[in-house]
Formats: sequence, structure tokens, C-alpha cells
Amino acid sequence: MSATVYIPGDAGAQSVGADEVAGAVRQEAARLGESLRIVRNGSRGAYWLEPLVEVETDAGRRAYGPVTVADVPGLFSAGFLRGCAHALALGDIARHDWFAGQQRLTFSRVGIIDPASVADYLRHGGYQGLTQSISAGAAATVQAITDSGLRGRGGAAFPTGIKWRTVLEQAAAQKYVTCNADEGDSGTFADRMLLEGDPLSLIEGMTIAALAVGATRGYIYLRVEYPHALRALNTAIAAARQAGYLGPNVAGSGKSFELEVRLGAGAYICGEETSMLESLEGRRGEVRVRPPLPAIKGLFGQPTIVNNVVTLCSVPWIAAHGARAYADFGVGKSRGTLPIQLAGNIRRGGLIERAFGLPLRELLYDYGGGSASGRPIRAVQIGGPLGAYVPASQFDTLVDYEALSSVGALLGHGGIVVFDDSVDMARMARYAMEFCALESCGKCTPCRIGSVRGMEVIDRILQGVDGERNLRLLEDLCDTMVQGSLCGLGGMAPFPVQSALKHFREDFHARR
Amino acid sequence: METLSPADGSRVRRIAAELKDQPGPLLNILHQVQGELGCIPAGAVAILAETLNLSRAEVHGVVTFYHHFRRKPAGRHVVSLCQAEACQAVGAAALTGHAQRDLGVALHQTTADGAVTLEPVYCLGNCAAAPSAMIDGRLHGRLTAQRLGELVRGLRGAPGKGASGS
Ligand SMILES: Cc1cc2nc3c(=O)[nH]c(=O)nc-3n(C[C@H](O)[C@H](O)[C@H](O)COP(=O)(O)O)c2cc1C
Ligand code: SF4
Ligand code: FES
Repeated sequence: MSATVYIPGDAGAQSVGADEVAGAVRQEAARLGESLRIVRNGSRGAYWLEPLVEVETDAGRRAYGPVTVADVPGLFSAGFLRGCAHALALGDIARHDWFAGQQRLTFSRVGIIDPASVADYLRHGGYQGLTQSISAGAAATVQAITDSGLRGRGGAAFPTGIKWRTVLEQAAAQKYVTCNADEGDSGTFADRMLLEGDPLSLIEGMTIAALAVGATRGYIYLRVEYPHALRALNTAIAAARQAGYLGPNVAGSGKSFELEVRLGAGAYICGEETSMLESLEGRRGEVRVRPPLPAIKGLFGQPTIVNNVVTLCSVPWIAAHGARAYADFGVGKSRGTLPIQLAGNIRRGGLIERAFGLPLRELLYDYGGGSASGRPIRAVQIGGPLGAYVPASQFDTLVDYEALSSVGALLGHGGIVVFDDSVDMARMARYAMEFCALESCGKCTPCRIGSVRGMEVIDRILQGVDGERNLRLLEDLCDTMVQGSLCGLGGMAPFPVQSALKHFREDFHARR
Repeated sequence: METLSPADGSRVRRIAAELKDQPGPLLNILHQVQGELGCIPAGAVAILAETLNLSRAEVHGVVTFYHHFRRKPAGRHVVSLCQAEACQAVGAAALTGHAQRDLGVALHQTTADGAVTLEPVYCLGNCAAAPSAMIDGRLHGRLTAQRLGELVRGLRGAPGKGASGS
């Protein structure tokens, strides 16, 4: 009997040698005359263990990692194909302490299935949500999403069901479902993992949305920095169409849904939803003035759902298991689970999906194992380049929308970037302004000009010119940007700066 | 204004003709043109404007809005080094410094032999295996100065994407 070996084809796993390991496994098997099948699954998200190789044994899957090419002959001679002991053996990875406490709903299949296979997807509960929602009908589906408490995971945390209801209520010949796969925030990779590791769940989520609001066309707006995800998506779309889950008669429902991927072109602002719509229409990604809301007048002027990848990939689970089951996870107004992305200077970084309400400290030390450098963690930035820096004194804060906002921080897309005590917070503040200047769409002055002025003012502080006066100037400038910007780029880029000034003011001094 | 070679001109016309009936086609067309020509030359802007019934200024405005579109071809290899926060937290600045010294160019520049273009990129979605770089479409993580040096030196000898036909 031939063995099945799982070696992630995820870009992050590839980035640390998964392809080379797959090549070595194939070669060694050929040399030994062992017949085996290699599945290129997604990553389970423990990037510190990648490349993580798993074998299917009679007792279930057995994991080894991190595996290098040099380890491969030894693994074969130790009998890893039968799950035998080896220095890199991790046993059943689902029971590993890093995974055991996780609550994987949205990521339930990622790292487990073959992302290109509809059959594998179906075997692991795929398309149950669509089937349920087709029989429940449009209004009940929208109600279930509302009742689940699901809020947009792209950053703004707007209730998904309310957005869908607005689109459902519009009378229009053409409506659209669009997926925001621009994932520009540093420290985030949940979208990428889903796109590569379980693209069919996004397709299913978008299909459920389309049928629920009466949309017949969908677009996935994918950042150009994700070529691996593009391939995975196109493969999955073709497979879904082939199997009758996309096209003129979706899953026998008599309804039509067509889906297409469109590539961005390296502009962070195109993650802002109205800028994304402009870009999808083939124009400069300049932010639109609201109202009208995209749900009323969106893509090509038609009612449009815009949702993040994680949001849409949470939909099939909710549709299959019910609103109540999802809402049972979480705290307060933060219902369900959150895929947290732990990154930067951290020993055990990766994707942790848990119900909302986990203390930051537990994430950083129990999951993360502290900094990679072994030095004390001084700050974390939560929610991407527009998110605040949180100092070590606030690490008891819970990770949910309300708790974070009570300490002046925000959750955003759920990325946590860790910095040790060698970080220079004045330089990080300068970087925030620099990034805003680089990515501003140019529509409003506080953002376009203010960010450049912000860099100059911080430079002057670092040069020791008029320190006190320039610090006050910087604070005023931040206020002006927050109040006078049309969108979140100019309006939130000051958050990292203000938090650095508040918690790490000692770093804003003259350098020699 | 530089003019396109007749061959490139007809490629641009063919791409535009093929894609122009899509809804909102311009970005797709630009991706295709850059894919085939290596950049969006000024001569292509004129053709696209004419085919799509837009002004040159409009097409130019779109090309220049996006960091990804080049007005001049890159070197045979493109090394994009992540400059964003998670990579900064594990030494991206020092790594970038090494690469610049190794190659003798600054970010946004191409080596004199035309082999390597060095570019900044802002997050590659590999933040848990940082620092990261994308080299000719391949992602590399947990980079050290030594490993990046090896990869880059490997490129200078190697034929480009075009030459190898891949
Ligand atoms: C500057 C800026 C960048 C953004 N980038 C993204 C992004 O990359 N991905 C995303 O899903 N949402 C992003 N958003 C949020 C979107 O505007 C929008 O709220 C979201 O796509 C809606 O989907 P959701 O409700 O499912 O979160 C960004 C917002 C701003 C202001
Ligand atoms: S805040 Fe900046 S990015 Fe947003 S609309 Fe204004 S100029 Fe454009
Ligand atoms: S910050 Fe460098 S890969 Fe995300």
C-alpha cells in the first residue's frame, strides 16, 4: 500500500524549504522503491515548525518538523512512513500544546485537506453550509449571519448580516459580491493561508452570500504580492465550476453565480473598500466619498457586498452549524472566533484561532513562547500599520474589540507584531508616517501633506532641533490628520505615532 | 516620446483588443502588457488610451498610481525585500543594508550588469517567518544576511527569467 505524505505547498512553508523537502522525499522514496503519494496541503499555521511534514498512518496523521532536506534520509530509515519515533517527531499535531487549545472553525480544514480537491473538501464538511442555506432561503440565511454576531474581520468590524440585508433589500438587475483579499497589513497572513489552504471555503462563502442577496457575479480582489494564492484560487474556481458549484446552476439551485479573480497592483490603499471598488473598475484607487455605501451603490454603481476573506470563510461554518453555535464562542459584542496572527520577534509565531477574549499575555508567552531574540518584549503593534503600539504594562488586556479599544488600541485584521527591547519607538513612529506618505491616495491634504510633515518633524526631534516644540507640533499634526482625513489611512496612521508618544516618550530624543 | 517597436506595438494592440470588452478592463490589460513587455512603456499608454477611448492622462494616471507597474523594464531578476513592521522587528533594515552593499545598489535600482533589481515591498504575508523577501516570484523566509547573500550571488550568474524561458 502506498503511503500518503503531507508537505505544505503554502507559500510560507515554501519560504523555509518545503519544496526542497518535497523533492528530497520524492527522491529518497524512489531510491528505496517506496511508493508514496505527496499531498501539498496548506499550512496548519505553526510557522515555527515549518516545513511540517505529516504521514498518514493506521493510527492517524503523525507529524515531523521542522524538517530540512538533510533530515529526509534519516526520517526514512527511522520508518517515518509508519509514524515511527524520530528526533523531529511531534506525534498527532492536533494534540500538540500549540494546537490543543485552539478553536478552529474558520480554519478547520486549513493544513488538513488538499486545497485543490473538491472531493477532499466535501469529505471534510465542505458545501454543507451552501446546501443548508439553499434550503433555508435568502432571508433566513441573512438572518443567520446577523444572529451569529459575525463582524467584518477586515478591520472595521461592521456587522456582516446588516451589510448583507442592505444589499438584499436593494432592487437592482445586477448585484455583486466582492471579496477583499488585499491583506496589506503587516503582521497578517490569515487571508493568505485561507486562499492557499482552503480556497473552496472562500468560494463557498461567496456563493452563500451571492445566493442570499441575489448577486450573480463575484470578484476576488487579490493583492499582486500573493502569486501562490492566485494559482490556488484559479485552480479551485475551475474545480468548483467543473463540479457544478459555480456557473449557471449552482449546486442544482437554479441560480447562477460566476466568480473571477482580479489582481491589485501594489497599493495599500486599495484595501480600503471604496478604493478597492475603483481599482476593480480599472481606475486609480482613489477613495470614494460616502454616502452612498457600497451596499447601495458599489461596483459599477450597483449594490455590492464587500467582505474580507476571513469574514467570508467564516460563513460556511455558520451556515452549516447555525448562528447559535457560532455565537456561543466569544465575549460581549465580539462573537465567534478570531484567527490571530502572531508575528515579528516571536519564538513560536503563526496562526492561532480562538474565541475572542484571550489575554494578550497568554498569546505572547504561552503560544508565542516569548521573543525570538530571548530579550524582553517591549511592545506589540496590533492591527497592522495603522494600529496602536501596546506596551508590556498592558499585556493583560483581552483580545476582543471592546477591551482593546478601552486601552486605545484596535484589533484590525487580527495581526500582532512583537518587538523586543531593542526597538526604537521614535523610528517606528517615523515609519508610520513614511508608510502613510508612500501609500496615500492623495485625495486629502491632511493625509498627503500631513504625513510628509510628520516625517520631517520626527526627523527634527531625532536631530535634537527644538525637541519640546516639535513634540507638540507632532501631536497637533496627529490630531489634524485624525480629524481631517477622509479615510482610515490618514485618519489612523497617527495611532501608532500617538501611542508611541504616550507610552514610549523617552525614545523621542536627539540622536548622535 | 519613445516609440514602441512594431512588434511590441502589435502585442499591446492584441492585448487591448482581447480584454477591452471586460467590465473595467484597464488594470487587467496593464498586468498583461507588463507580463509580456516587462513594463508599461509610454508608447503603450498612447495605444491603450486610443483603444479604450480614454485620454492619455487617464491611462498614465492609472499606471503611475500603482507601485507594481513599471515604466522601465527591471533587471533580469527582481529581489523584493520586505520593509514592513514584522520584518523590521527581526532585522529587515540590517538585511536591506547588506543586500545594498552586496549588490552595490540602493533600493529601486538595478545593478550595472542588468542582473538584479532591488526593491522594497511592504509585507509579503510571511510575517511569522520573517524577515522575508520575494525573489522572482518565490518567497523566502527566516532570512539571514548570509542566506540572502547566497541567493543573490546565485542570481548574478544565473540566466534571467526570459533567457531560461521559464
Ligand atoms: C487604509 C485601509 C486599508 C484597508 N485594507 C484592508 C484589507 O487589506 N483587507 C480588508 O479586508 N479590509 C481592509 N480595510 C477595510 C475595508 O475598508 C472594509 O472595511 C472591509 O474590506 C470590509 O469587509 P469586512 O466587513 O468583511 O471586514 C482597509 C481599510 C482601510 C481604511
Ligand atoms: S486619508 Fe489619505 S488615503 Fe484616505 S482618502 Fe484621504 S488622502 Fe486618500
Ligand atoms: S512584514 Fe514582512 S512579510 Fe509581513
